[in-house]
Amino acid sequence: MTVSILHRATGDGMALVGSVLLVWFLLALAAGEAAYQTFRDVFTYADGRLNIVGWVVGIGLTLSLFLHMASGVRHLVLDTGAGYELKTNKRYALACMIGGAVLTVAYWLYLGFK
Amino acid sequence: MRSSVGRVRGLGSAKEGTHHWWNQRLTAGSNLALMVWLMASIARRPAYDYATMHAWLASAWVAVPMALLILSVFYHFRLGLQVLIEDYQQDQARVASMVALNFFSIGLGAAALFAILKVALGAK
Repeated sequence: MTVSILHRATGDGMALVGSVLLVWFLLALAAGEAAYQTFRDVFTYADGRLNIVGWVVGIGLTLSLFLHMASGVRHLVLDTGAGYELKTNKRYALACMIGGAVLTVAYWLYLGFK
Repeated sequence: MRSSVGRVRGLGSAKEGTHHWWNQRLTAGSNLALMVWLMASIARRPAYDYATMHAWLASAWVAVPMALLILSVFYHFRLGLQVLIEDYQQDQARVASMVALNFFSIGLGAAALFAILKVALGAK
């Protein structure tokens, strides 16, 4: 049940916040260097490191994405009629939450160390 | 099973449920592939300055999947937010929310496609 609520919260959160930021990013790139710099300055310091807004939005959106992706795959599996036994179902749900968190940490570690 | 009163009032299933359900799954699959591509592609950029990112989006190998991603993701989230509205809004508020949702997703999606095309086809 928690995973089902998380699926909706992360999906609707990305739909309302992530979509606007993605389109802002694309429009800023299309509008030119000054507009892109304005977009960047919201999330980073002058030296390019993420500021607090960048960290909160960055972690929030990537965690939402990976959680939603994991529970989305779970939904596709459940759609086949598999995984409704209580123990299996609980195991899938736990795997989604752990998998989403692990993918998020791995993604940021890659960004940090590359 | 449908009562004659229900038939006269025109209430009941809109007969669009299966279509909605299937397209939600179809775009879930395409979103999975396209978002994995986007996250990997962004992570592999050497830097995130204007010149790097503009050249990135201008490439056909980025502009085409990015346009597909906008179509797939925006259609998917329009269907998802529709379910949210149907669960929590009734009557006039539901109709108004659905109109707002359509304006939001189509308007934002059109702006995104314009931006991608401008960068991909535009002169430097």
